[in-house]
Amino acid sequence: MGLLSKKDAKLITDPLADNNPITIQVLGICSALAITAELKASIVMSISVLFVLGIGNVVISLMRNIIPSKIRIIVQLIVVATLVIIVDQVLKAFAYELSKTLSVFVGLIITNCIIMGRFEAFALGNGPWKSFLDGIGNALGYAAILIIVGFFRELLGSGTLLGIKVLGDPIEKTGLYALGYENNGFMLLSPMALIVVGIIIWVQRSRNKALIED
Amino acid sequence: MGLKQNLHNLKEKYKGKKIAPLFNGFHTFLYLPNETTHGGTHVKAADDLKRTMNTVIMALIPCLLFGMFNAGYQHHLATGEVEKVTSFFSGNFWNLSNLWIGALKVLPLVIVSYVVGLAIEFVFCIIKGHEIEEGYLVTGMLVPLIVPVDLPLWMLAVAVAFGVVIGKEVFGGTGMNILNPALTIRAFLFFAYPTWMSGDKVWVHDAVNRAGTADAISGETMLGSLAQNLTPSYSVSDMFFGFIPGSVGETSTLLILLGALFLIFTKIGNWRIMVSAVFGALMMGYIFNTVVDAGVITESSKFYGLMSLESWKHLIIGGFAFGVVYMATDPVTASQTNKGKWIYGFLIGFVSIMIRVFNPAYPEGVMLAILLMNVFAPTIDHYVVQGNVKKRLKRLKAKTA
Repeated sequence: MGLLSKKDAKLITDPLADNNPITIQVLGICSALAITAELKASIVMSISVLFVLGIGNVVISLMRNIIPSKIRIIVQLIVVATLVIIVDQVLKAFAYELSKTLSVFVGLIITNCIIMGRFEAFALGNGPWKSFLDGIGNALGYAAILIIVGFFRELLGSGTLLGIKVLGDPIEKTGLYALGYENNGFMLLSPMALIVVGIIIWVQRSRNKALIED
Repeated sequence: MGLKQNLHNLKEKYKGKKIAPLFNGFHTFLYLPNETTHGGTHVKAADDLKRTMNTVIMALIPCLLFGMFNAGYQHHLATGEVEKVTSFFSGNFWNLSNLWIGALKVLPLVIVSYVVGLAIEFVFCIIKGHEIEEGYLVTGMLVPLIVPVDLPLWMLAVAVAFGVVIGKEVFGGTGMNILNPALTIRAFLFFAYPTWMSGDKVWVHDAVNRAGTADAISGETMLGSLAQNLTPSYSVSDMFFGFIPGSVGETSTLLILLGALFLIFTKIGNWRIMVSAVFGALMMGYIFNTVVDAGVITESSKFYGLMSLESWKHLIIGGFAFGVVYMATDPVTASQTNKGKWIYGFLIGFVSIMIRVFNPAYPEGVMLAILLMNVFAPTIDHYVVQGNVKKRLKRLKAKTA
């Protein structure tokens, strides 16, 4: 590892698997349930969180010695809110349709537990470079789950991926639909997102028994 | 050397291996095992899991047979090949051509349900290293009886796989599940493929294929037409005997009633749950009737059809009777305490009629009511037990004071 020391690299790789914010810490579930019916929305949401958490962690870390601990939550909120507004405006300017799909959930990044959690748990006690890596790592861990869930929900629920009809046309009855296949409407409902996340947790814990709590 | 000896030998051969539960399972299912308990206290009871499950299956067989005849009858009635039956033993209903269509449509459902479900059960037992339980035998028989006759088989297979894995195996298998697996399977089908689970096409064989052609046929369920404020053309005896469209095995209240008596007589099904559920349903129905009589709801309301239905008629239409007798009484997912069973049953009846009336998309509430109460059953038990603890503490205090 030339660029990153072993310890720094761990900051990025840990949240991807064994300390994943969604499947292990079970944070940020709301958005994982709400916007994963389409893969595109999951990806955009992931990028937004990556941006907010990466920069936010650095900002908080730079200010960590001057923030009075009594009002630190308010300061953190202002930092996230500022970043989220930037994301929201950019989306509205360049991807208006998508911003309508994501609707309130971009705004709700402010209350995403992962972000406040990383500010509290990491950025307040570590330097900017480490905080940046930690932010990126956690956002990537969040993104990984969102994209897996979004992939399965869009594929099985609508028969499309990123809007492309990969399984054939359900109305014209081509591809799989000619054989009598039908889209699974349950996949588009939020409870199924919870079940998919549950299955990911199940698979992950049966592969790595150390993660099982009693 | 018979099959029994062969199985026994295989069991000995693979003892301690991962595959062992497979042979044990077959052996226990087909024969009485050779092993006996040695030393210590013996519990001598005839009602083991195998007998319990087989008794329920016996109680279900009449519903299954009736369902086959009814599938054929509804089809022939819709195409105009037979006359409407007037008495229970009418030849228009009990004939081979009806049975033939029914068998052709219903038996594949039974086979798919058992093959998929048992395969998953076996795989999980081998992976987890526990013995195969008989729990799926009943679920596998219930599932074909609570789906529409024309349901595509692959959908059933997907739903069974989902229901067995997510509804049962993740919690630890038979006896550990929170939700009734058969109803989990049906709920999955309903939310995943609503067009195959509701409407006026799916209940009669071949109606889907003929839609839009000159030979189009349709058959609305009682609940379906009542929810649209239409007056169905079936007499009370049709509803009671079961000559109406519906899911495969749930139409005949008469046979369900016989099954219920059989289950109560053999002490397999719990009479408290059945009685209190019927009471709860009558009560909710009565409340709705009173509301209609008071003039709050008039004929222009979309709830009028179901609300104005006499409360006792709710018991003989839709899946209410079937759900209450065969699924609410599931000993694993129901409340365990006697007082709890009264509350649990009452709420199932009460809530299912409420859902029936107010759910615009799908006018059958018993499935969702039972699933909801399955979730609440442990809570009910908790409060019943705590109430008893409190009562006894009070008694103790009074004695020592």
